[in-house]
Amino acid sequence: MITIVMGSFQSLPDDHQYRTLSQKTGFSLEQIAILHNRFKQLSQNEETLRRDDLKTIQDLESNPIRSQIIEAFFDSRNFQKDVVGSVEEIGFEEFLTVMSYFRAPPQHITEEQREEIRRAKLRFLFNMHDTDNDGTITLEEYRHVVEELLSRSGALGRETAKGIADAAMLEVASISVGPMAPDEFYEGITFEHFLKILNGVEIETRMNIHFLNMDATVLCK
Amino acid sequence: MELKMFILVLGLLVGSLMPLGGAASSPDTGTGHGGSHGNKNPGNGTTYSKKPFPVLSFDYEHVRLPFEISLWVLLASLMKLGFHLIPRVSSIVPESCLLIVVGLLVGGLIKMVGEDPPVLESKIFFFYLLPPIILDAGYFMPIRQFTENLGTILMFAVVGTLWNSFFVGGLLYGVCQLEGHKLAYVDLLSCLLFGSIISAVDPVAVLAVFEEIHINELLHILVFGESLLNDAVTVVLYHLFEEYSSVGSITFMDVFLGIVCFLVVSLGGIVVGAIYGILAAFTSRFTSHTRVIEPLFVFVYSYMAYLSAEVFHLSGIMALIACGAVMRPYVEANISHKSHTTIKYFLKMWSSVSDTLIFIFLGVSTVAGPHQWNWTFVVATVIFCLVARVLGVVGLTFVINKFRIVKLTSKDQFIIAYGGLRGAIAFSLVYLLNPKHFPMRNMFLTAIITVIFFTVFVQGMTIRPLVDLLAVKKKQETKRSINEEIHTQFLDHLLTGIEDICGHYGHHHWKDKLNRFNKKYVKKCLIAGERSKEPQLIAFYHKMEMKQAIELVESGGGAKLPSALPSTVSMQNIQPKKPSQDRALPQLSKAREEEIRKILRTNLQRTRQRLRSYNRHTLIADPYEDGWNEMLLKRKKMKELEKKMNNYLTVPAPPPDSPTITRARLASDPQAWGLKSVTESIPTIKVDLASPQSPESVNVVDEFSKKGSQPKEEEGGLTMKVPSPAKQRKDKTPDEEPQQRLMRCLSDPGPALVFVSPVLLCLTKVHSRQYAM
Repeated sequence: MITIVMGSFQSLPDDHQYRTLSQKTGFSLEQIAILHNRFKQLSQNEETLRRDDLKTIQDLESNPIRSQIIEAFFDSRNFQKDVVGSVEEIGFEEFLTVMSYFRAPPQHITEEQREEIRRAKLRFLFNMHDTDNDGTITLEEYRHVVEELLSRSGALGRETAKGIADAAMLEVASISVGPMAPDEFYEGITFEHFLKILNGVEIETRMNIHFLNMDATVLCK
Repeated sequence: MELKMFILVLGLLVGSLMPLGGAASSPDTGTGHGGSHGNKNPGNGTTYSKKPFPVLSFDYEHVRLPFEISLWVLLASLMKLGFHLIPRVSSIVPESCLLIVVGLLVGGLIKMVGEDPPVLESKIFFFYLLPPIILDAGYFMPIRQFTENLGTILMFAVVGTLWNSFFVGGLLYGVCQLEGHKLAYVDLLSCLLFGSIISAVDPVAVLAVFEEIHINELLHILVFGESLLNDAVTVVLYHLFEEYSSVGSITFMDVFLGIVCFLVVSLGGIVVGAIYGILAAFTSRFTSHTRVIEPLFVFVYSYMAYLSAEVFHLSGIMALIACGAVMRPYVEANISHKSHTTIKYFLKMWSSVSDTLIFIFLGVSTVAGPHQWNWTFVVATVIFCLVARVLGVVGLTFVINKFRIVKLTSKDQFIIAYGGLRGAIAFSLVYLLNPKHFPMRNMFLTAIITVIFFTVFVQGMTIRPLVDLLAVKKKQETKRSINEEIHTQFLDHLLTGIEDICGHYGHHHWKDKLNRFNKKYVKKCLIAGERSKEPQLIAFYHKMEMKQAIELVESGGGAKLPSALPSTVSMQNIQPKKPSQDRALPQLSKAREEEIRKILRTNLQRTRQRLRSYNRHTLIADPYEDGWNEMLLKRKKMKELEKKMNNYLTVPAPPPDSPTITRARLASDPQAWGLKSVTESIPTIKVDLASPQSPESVNVVDEFSKKGSQPKEEEGGLTMKVPSPAKQRKDKTPDEEPQQRLMRCLSDPGPALVFVSPVLLCLTKVHSRQYAM
């Protein structure tokens, strides 16, 4: 694991810094201010955020994929290009970068831009599944995903999770590779295959949340 | 040839309809007289002269009403059949247009004979023809898209309809005043009433046209949802203007009451519908012994919801939608598969017949109805309707797009505006007007019919080429795959989590809360038995398996494989990750592989293993991995197997336990099966009971000898299929004895398997540990 030291970010809201962030992530200045407040609240006014800070959020307790979501914030692939590994703490810039994956695409964009946004969001999802950073989602990792999803369903969930994951892998293999001779293998889902199987799901329109433009202060307890 | 026969039959039918249909002004008022005019013996009491016994008599009157109704329904259905025999026409002209034309023809024929053609009575329309269509729409409504776009739909339905009514009504009043002598008697309130009737988008027409153009789901749900929800607005405005038009003026108080009335009508309708929906769900919990009448409950409860809402003048349409949408998830979990099919087909059938009848009657009523043509009024109406719709949609979208994540493009706006069709509801509402209070009723009727014809014919016919021209996104025809389902669920949880991290309670947060509430309390009450705890993913998976199995059986049992089945890839092609390099990977020579294959083939010749599509992987003696059958069936089979084992085993068999106990015991107790009879000569068949994720499980050397990927076979016995060893698993030490991993599936074990199965159940992790070390 690579530990990156974050220390260059000042705690005072600096207009210049906000502007650079805004350019980088695409959020508006108001949205950045609100998210910064939230960041400060979560990190208890420190400059960096740790996993435990996120674990204190009460609403997340009942989420079956909680640990994977938290992990995603600390996964270097999501905020730095060509770096793998996870970090122990992140600064506001990383927090914002991860959040920017959930921004809605702007209204008037070209097809290529739309495709690019789609790829970025799917890359984020792919990284969440591919926990060992090797570029493919293997059967084990996929099983883990399904088990987590069904983790609140007790024994029934565990037993069928395997079957479901197997079925899903079979489907990916047959869609991506087609007929395979018995001595060929399908190592795991690569990013391209992942794109293909999720062709039907309109990720760029669905993987979005509404970021507040005004400080409505509906803050967590 | 077919076509000619069909036209002949049709001609006969219409011919027989003419004298019969015309004899009464409407089927509703036809009364069957008891008197029979064929009876040769009218006298009662005079027994003096004995007439011959009437062998054959003609007595039409007393079956008149049902006979006529059946004839009309038969005509409608034959028409529907006929259109599909003429392929070219049906691809250009939407069905609704053709049906109206047929209605016009029939009406014309009836009129020519001299009779009065029947008119679409409002009572029949609202009580018998409309509910099936709405119930069909409500029951199969895609809830997810509907709730995601609810804000937009409500804006269009409420604000859009209000804007339309006032715009059209106001401008028409202006035109009437300007026109002068002929139209001066039309006062403001009547115009507003007319405006409110005509501005409502009609669900029947929208469904009929949109069904055929296969537009993308978002637009479909927007227009369709709008047409359903604007019923409340229409009801309130209609009653408001109708009540007060005789008085002549409306005060502020009335307007305020009108707003309150609107809230009461819409929310009340929804509440009534929801109550009946919950009752239906609760009833379906107990129907496991009387499966035959399950569909009946769905239909009757929904109809009662509609009627109950009508008692209080609440919005019946909203009640029906709410009832269908609320009861559906619970009822579907409770009822049998056949009942589900029955409900689906009955609803589709009824709504189809209703739909056809409505359009035919519209055509007939056009010929019949009293008309009063006024060029100015009619043309002005048509123009104002179009303009109002376009302005309304554009203006509202401008406001809505500020709040939407996914904005509506101008293409979308165009389709929404163009898809605002008017239909039979408007016609029936005008027909209900009292001619005494509304002397201009006939003119209204004419104008409405013109607008309906215009929207259905012109807009209905041109929308399809326009959709193609503008390259609007169409509906995706692909089946929902399990990957998509997994990721949909994953996305839901992910987005909820991100919202929680952000700290504001958005759309996903509340949806998640509702789901959890539903799971915790509601499902327990309304769903019978085990299925109340079944998560959605598993339910989807079971449904998929069921569908594939049915497809397989229907396609002839394995001879021809359904395309959805990923039979070209089997689990043996999907290998787990290569282990880290610190473990040595022994290689097996080809010769060795051949040897193993031969041995297995000779030993296992007589066992046939039935393959399951999703569990071709190491199905170690774990019969409970498969979620296919009910648990009980599996347990029973397991018990049978164990009983058989008892006859063959040298080692005492365990008492038939529940699977988890068996597994746990075998896994934890190394001494349970001291099978020492493993010798060099017998190829030991080693099976691992542990899950593949535990490190020990992969210590067993598995050379798979494959027999090729076999297609899925139908039920009936066991086939032993040994997968190929092409990829090496991690292993510590190669073993002298080839150890194979067997694939086994559950079902009735064949005789030879009995030899193998005790071995299967005996060997545990411990053996593999021993070998590994």
